[in-house]
Amino acid sequence: MNVTRGFTGRPRVENPGLPPGQYDAREDWPVLSAEVTPDLSPADWSFRVDGLVERPHTWDWDAAHALPASAYEGDIHCVTGWSKFGVRFGGVSLDAFFGVVRPQGSATHALAYSHTGYTANLPLADLTGGRAWIVREYDGAPLPPEHGGPARLVVPHLYFWKSVKWIAGITLLDHDEPGFWERNGYHARGNPWEEQRYSGD
Amino acid sequence: MTETTTPVTRFAVPGRIAVSGPAASRWQTATLTEIRRETPRASTFRLAVPAWAGHLPGQHLMLRLTAADGYAAQRHYSIASAPDASGHIELTLDRVPDGEVSGWFHTVARPGDTVEVRGPLSGFFAWPGDRPALLLGAGSGVVPLMSMVRHHRARGLTVPLRMLVSARGPEDLIYAPELGAETTPVFTRSAPPGVPVGRMTAAHVAPLLAEQPAGGWEAYVCGSNAFAEHVSRLLVAAGQPVDRIRIERFG
Ligand SMILES: Cc1cc2nc3c(=O)[nH]c(=O)nc-3n(C[C@H](O)[C@H](O)[C@H](O)COP(=O)(O)OP(=O)(O)OC[C@H]3O[C@@H](n4cnc5c(N)ncnc54)[C@H](O)[C@@H]3O)c2cc1C
Repeated sequence: MNVTRGFTGRPRVENPGLPPGQYDAREDWPVLSAEVTPDLSPADWSFRVDGLVERPHTWDWDAAHALPASAYEGDIHCVTGWSKFGVRFGGVSLDAFFGVVRPQGSATHALAYSHTGYTANLPLADLTGGRAWIVREYDGAPLPPEHGGPARLVVPHLYFWKSVKWIAGITLLDHDEPGFWERNGYHARGNPWEEQRYSGD
Repeated sequence: MTETTTPVTRFAVPGRIAVSGPAASRWQTATLTEIRRETPRASTFRLAVPAWAGHLPGQHLMLRLTAADGYAAQRHYSIASAPDASGHIELTLDRVPDGEVSGWFHTVARPGDTVEVRGPLSGFFAWPGDRPALLLGAGSGVVPLMSMVRHHRARGLTVPLRMLVSARGPEDLIYAPELGAETTPVFTRSAPPGVPVGRMTAAHVAPLLAEQPAGGWEAYVCGSNAFAEHVSRLLVAAGQPVDRIRIERFG
């Protein structure tokens, strides 16, 4: 341990909800995105699931949200160091979409992509079992564009770069294929509790 | 096989520079060798990092401070210095009110102190000096852009480079004495006599986009999220293709 002379840090309370190396951003919700925020209206939005599935399918805005509503209330963690507690998102569980397309037994991984061309890879197991959502509401209001509105993927148990903004689709694969940040040095999985920030962590 | 739509990253040419996995994951001890005041709110911290793997202008690193009880705080900082063989790198930090890490740098740090760094990180915002570059920054967002300007000068590059920087007033303009003909400052609250006061507008961006170099500009936007949103919209409205805009948001 390399102790920094004279550094004490901010007075802190033990917070078991805070993964290692993270701090509580409180009411702040920093925006981290390397691209121009797109002008994407609900009418222009669609969501497709294909690849290793029985029946590839594309939903438009109304069809996607005709699926049973599902909410996430909990914490989110960004690889740049902030975490945010008690966040409320409203949308549809990915399980509902997978129930329609029916993943094949050979599918092990997913590549999620946005309407702007951003990509992120995830193990399929991280998207099923009530652990991932397509959300369009934040705190009961429409999701703001710079946070991925009209709709984004939310996978709260992984670092937030996996929660693809302006989500356009998910392709199921039988192998892992790095996405945008993963090709730029970031970790393939991104579990905040294991501090999987960069490849090699 | 079922039909698939293979996505392509089209919002920006993918990072053409790979990040070194080992450099990104290894913490190194850095020794503070010099502190230079830039403005009343910003100082430059020069660090000796003997095993620094080198960087490209625009890249950032992760910095960690550790308290005696083991508590550690880590933050990202852009690298201000151009790549060189000095074994040193420079960071420029804004003093954030109540800032945990910037507060330590501005009130406690002195030469001889050690901190830890890892990186460089992210090849996406990097500029190796190969394409005409249009740099737009605000506040400490000028830091990674200055690394590009310094690189351009140090290498005597001839590829076109222009910079627009926004500051509250002349006294808040980081690196002011070093800025040259490539730079146009924009002052939002106070300006020298005869210079208008106000935000960056289409009128600042239009002349630069009107004089497109061969192959067009690669635009690099850096600053707060509000600045990045505002300026990237100006660029798009002025005709800059979205896939030629790279953005670094400081939060
Ligand atoms: C890629 C990247 C590059 C960057 N490059 C630079 C750079 O070159 N120069 C630069 O100056 N900055 C840069 N930043 C910003 C930098 O990482 C830090 O965010 C900044 O220095 C503030 O950190 P801090 O520890 O001083 O402040 P923090 O302690 O993080 O505080 C920031 C704000 O949040 C509030 N806050 C946070 N936690 C608490 C809490 N527990 N209780 C109360 N209030 C709290 C503070 O009051 C303050 O207003 C960069 C950021 C990124 C993402």
